[in-house]
Amino acid sequence: MRANDTNYAIELKGITKTFGRVVANENVNLSIKYGEILALLGENGSGKTTLMNILSGIYYADEGSVYIDGKEVFITNPHEAINLGIGMIHQHFKLVEVFSAMDNIVLGTRGRYVKNSALKEEILEMSKKFGLETEPDKKVYNMSVSEKQTVEIMKVLYRGAKILILDEPTSVLTPQETAKLFAILRRMKDRGNAIIIITHKLHEVLAISDRVAILRKGRVVGTVKTGETKEKELAELMVGRPVSLEINRPETTSKKTVLKVVDLSVVNEDGTRGLKNVNFKLKSGEILGVAGVAGSGQRELCETIAGLMEAKTGAILYNKENIIGKTPDEIINLGISMSFVPEDRLGMGLVGSMDMVDNMLLKSYKKNKGFIIDKKPSRKLAEELVEKLSIITPGIETPVRMLSGGNVQKVLLGREIESEPNVLITAYPVRGLDINSSYIIYDLLNEQKKKNVAILFIGEDLDVLLELSDRIMVLCHGEVMGIVDAKNTSKEEIGLMMAGKKMEGADSDE
Amino acid sequence: MFVKFLNAAVFAGTPLLFGTTGEMMNEKAGHLNLGVEGMMAMGACAGFMAGYFYDSILIALLAAFLAGMLGALIYALLTITFMANQNVTGLTLSIFGVGISNFAGEFMLVNSASNTLKLPEQITAQISNINIPGLTTVPVLGPLFFQYNIFVYLAVLIAVTCGIYYNNTKTGLNVRAIGENPGAADAAGIKVTKLKYINVLAGGGICGLGGAYCSMIINGGVWMNNPVNGQGWIAVALVIFASWKPYRAIFGSFIFGAFNILKYYFPKTIITLPNALYDMLPFVITALVLVMTSIRKSKENQQPASCGVNYYREER
Amino acid sequence: MNKKGHVPFIRIVKISERSGKDTLKIRIAAFISALAAGGLFILFLGYNPIELYGTIISGAFRSKMAFQATIRFMIPLLMSSLGVAMAFKMRFWNIGAEGQIIVGAVCASYFALFHDTWPHFLLLLVMFAAGALGGGLWGLIPAYFKSKYDTNETLFTLMLNYIALHIITYLRDGPWKDPGSSGFPKIARFAPNAQLDKILGVHFGWIIALILVFIVFIYLRYTKHGYEISVVGESKSTAKYAGMDVRKIILRTMAISGGICGITGMIQAAGSDMTLASSVAGGVGFTAIIVSWLAYLNPFGILLVSFLFSVLEKGSSVMQSAYGLSTYFASVLQGIILFFILGCEFFIRYKFVVSRKGGR
Repeated sequence: MRANDTNYAIELKGITKTFGRVVANENVNLSIKYGEILALLGENGSGKTTLMNILSGIYYADEGSVYIDGKEVFITNPHEAINLGIGMIHQHFKLVEVFSAMDNIVLGTRGRYVKNSALKEEILEMSKKFGLETEPDKKVYNMSVSEKQTVEIMKVLYRGAKILILDEPTSVLTPQETAKLFAILRRMKDRGNAIIIITHKLHEVLAISDRVAILRKGRVVGTVKTGETKEKELAELMVGRPVSLEINRPETTSKKTVLKVVDLSVVNEDGTRGLKNVNFKLKSGEILGVAGVAGSGQRELCETIAGLMEAKTGAILYNKENIIGKTPDEIINLGISMSFVPEDRLGMGLVGSMDMVDNMLLKSYKKNKGFIIDKKPSRKLAEELVEKLSIITPGIETPVRMLSGGNVQKVLLGREIESEPNVLITAYPVRGLDINSSYIIYDLLNEQKKKNVAILFIGEDLDVLLELSDRIMVLCHGEVMGIVDAKNTSKEEIGLMMAGKKMEGADSDE
Repeated sequence: MFVKFLNAAVFAGTPLLFGTTGEMMNEKAGHLNLGVEGMMAMGACAGFMAGYFYDSILIALLAAFLAGMLGALIYALLTITFMANQNVTGLTLSIFGVGISNFAGEFMLVNSASNTLKLPEQITAQISNINIPGLTTVPVLGPLFFQYNIFVYLAVLIAVTCGIYYNNTKTGLNVRAIGENPGAADAAGIKVTKLKYINVLAGGGICGLGGAYCSMIINGGVWMNNPVNGQGWIAVALVIFASWKPYRAIFGSFIFGAFNILKYYFPKTIITLPNALYDMLPFVITALVLVMTSIRKSKENQQPASCGVNYYREER
Repeated sequence: MNKKGHVPFIRIVKISERSGKDTLKIRIAAFISALAAGGLFILFLGYNPIELYGTIISGAFRSKMAFQATIRFMIPLLMSSLGVAMAFKMRFWNIGAEGQIIVGAVCASYFALFHDTWPHFLLLLVMFAAGALGGGLWGLIPAYFKSKYDTNETLFTLMLNYIALHIITYLRDGPWKDPGSSGFPKIARFAPNAQLDKILGVHFGWIIALILVFIVFIYLRYTKHGYEISVVGESKSTAKYAGMDVRKIILRTMAISGGICGITGMIQAAGSDMTLASSVAGGVGFTAIIVSWLAYLNPFGILLVSFLFSVLEKGSSVMQSAYGLSTYFASVLQGIILFFILGCEFFIRYKFVVSRKGGR
């Protein structure tokens, strides 16, 4: 055991973690003091989350040691992490949906189970202290994402955590909610907590942190004081080479309305509102971006256009033909190709356990004549795609699950584009991809745009939406808050709409 | 007559109540265990044999509990630690449990002197219906509440304890969290694996007790092959009927017990139905309940969300 | 919290990939371990395991008659395993093979009992169709509710097994009761005209079963339907996205799965029992699940495993007459084998690692 010669809250020394052949973290050294906010910056797949999961006891490092308050500790499970005062707020919330906020907060803590007002009082008092708003009796499945995040924060505070780790906490928030969260974090910092915030957004790093540690390919490539750095330097450290952060927005000329959505309302299976009176036009040769906090109706919009969900009222006109009531099959044949990527990339567009050849078949097998499937054309297509999009794979017979996120995305988009669609719907196409792969995807989309394809782009990163789209439609609770020209709007304006502020004359859709 | 019918329903429902409570404990921890029939069969055999040799109800109950737990241990090892498919493991446990129970039963029969196995006197007295002077003789209430055997009271006691455990204790809350979302429970510092083992094993033991009821009571203390005879499967269905609520399991079990014995009590003067139709009834009703619950589809009163899915902490 | 350090503890770690050869080795090792565990069990009972296993094997092969009996055991097991495997490929947990066999047998028996004057091959053909139809219908019921309301098919098919079983007892005790059997309720023996013909000493069901192996193999691997089944099994939302009619696929596949089991029932009744007995399925539907799982849903694997299991079944009956041990030994050993195989899958995907807190 080392002498207690530092006042670091956490020190990581030589941490290495591998998954099979993938090295997620390699010889990582990192430290943070109490009363400090450290930003952990890195691209997707750079090992930020893995590193923090090691601290929170989800993973156990292959090598290296962890010191808390100067003493070496061995965190073999989350229970031990909590006892050491470490609390982590995961990107995908770890909440029990059918429990109330209160039950989620007390979950797994010591002491008797008290379902009384005393506990409620305690929770309300605690939330007041940190400026949080909680309804202790509300069920998680009735909560918005930001409410869920508040419960997660309360969970950590209730356990008396001195060290807080937040994994991409702003990805589901509006800019205004983000500002509020940052205010809370600063308050916690002033109370002497150590805070680590994982992010890949540069401006947020500059806004909140005292120091930045940059991770690239599992290694720490630099630690800098926030006051002494600039966005450009951080970006270069993160990517490993000079980068331009500009996304192309090619101009196209012929813009005809291809898809017209009129008064579309959708009700979800469980009776909740999906979409309400949605009106918009999608034109050829444009990218229409869709912004909104998660769960604002994006999924319903995509799935209704693709024929996967039933519309309650309204119409979707594709070249004046109403496609509501048509099966997905009929819609595909009309040339509306949808590349829909939900959270789980392999959950919808591709079959993870199948190889590229069989995945190519997914959209084309019906065109096979006869009962037996001829795989030759899809094999050819798979080979072509590998070459054209430089997909990195051991072979076209490897299950696509084994490919990296960027390559899976290329397989999916490649297949859709190959069918030469007139309308392309992409939802979160760059989720989980590193910057390099993201730009390849943006280029692919722009190429399609230049071919006069009408593109509906559901995005989550406002910066990307602002730079890539021609127009931006903002959804909130299934309603269109407004459609704005991407060149003449600001993040703040979109943020307000995301939070539910309707734009005057929302029908600015020409 | 009606009181007698209710009595009979309680008797017929008791093994179901053990099985249902046991299975519910499995499912609360996120494990759909289709091995109830097997665990009950193992308990049936072990309980009977222990009672036969040691002539003591305590030892018989202990043996039944341990045997059910042994079955559950196989299941727990395979599904919790080795992350094997829950459906297949449970089914195999059923086939294995029934097989080994009947195998052992026949083995004992062949090696017995008289080619029959009958429970000795002392234990027969211990498992016969109680008689509390002053209470049992009270009209209606007496026969309705105070003249069952020890198993009946034990089954209700366990079910009530189970209800308190899941509804009113912190550990119960933790277990429910595991059943809903083991990842969330783990991150909250709950010892997922340990609690899963405890609940699955205890559930198995309780199933074993239900088996002992089948072998020791139903056939009048004489060993017959296949004493459980499908009751374990009904118990699995009853968990759904009770919508994962321990208290509802008590009523559900006794209602199903009533269906089981309806053919002996239904007044033949009104309508005469073939016995087979009465025997079919519990299964038809369970099927209907299954369909109804799936049509209704509410957020709550559903199977714990992680049922059937195994948990691996380092899953990426 | 242990602060001493250097305390060993066991972790589970995922393995990236194992070669096909290693995988096979692990599975074979598991199979042998299962036999060894069964041997220990026999030893514990006071018998010589090698001798007993020997009896089982020789019991299944010792004479032409014994071998024919083994094959008779195999026919229903093989066929229903193929049926079950189709549903499992779609991740539809059809554990209702038992009931589908029964209903198939009931439907076929109607013609065998009441139209036994029809021309022999026409009658058999009609019985065959009736069996397929009955089993298929029994498979369609849970499929309908699954596809429409997402009703849990595991429990539903299970309930249908018992309902089917009581249909037989109802017919046996009432409408179809053999008037010739005084007192003891049973259904009359089929007329020879309604019995399956024998080829090489065994009713021709074995030929149908073998043909089915090939058909199911091709169907699953090379046809559009087979492709659809795999996609639906993997992810229903992907299937919908690709424009597949998931409902239709579930219904169709379960009709076929149930239909195959129904044919099994017809063959069992008309080829083996020569009557409609309540034991026509006799647990085969459950064993079929073990078989298809052990064979990893591969039709040729199913052929192999169901043969092995039949040897075990037939051998155990010989073991019973030789040693007085119950034939239930077969289910015990089958269970042990599957337990070991289920367990060994873990070692294909994961490994245990002993870490030391701090030390390494």
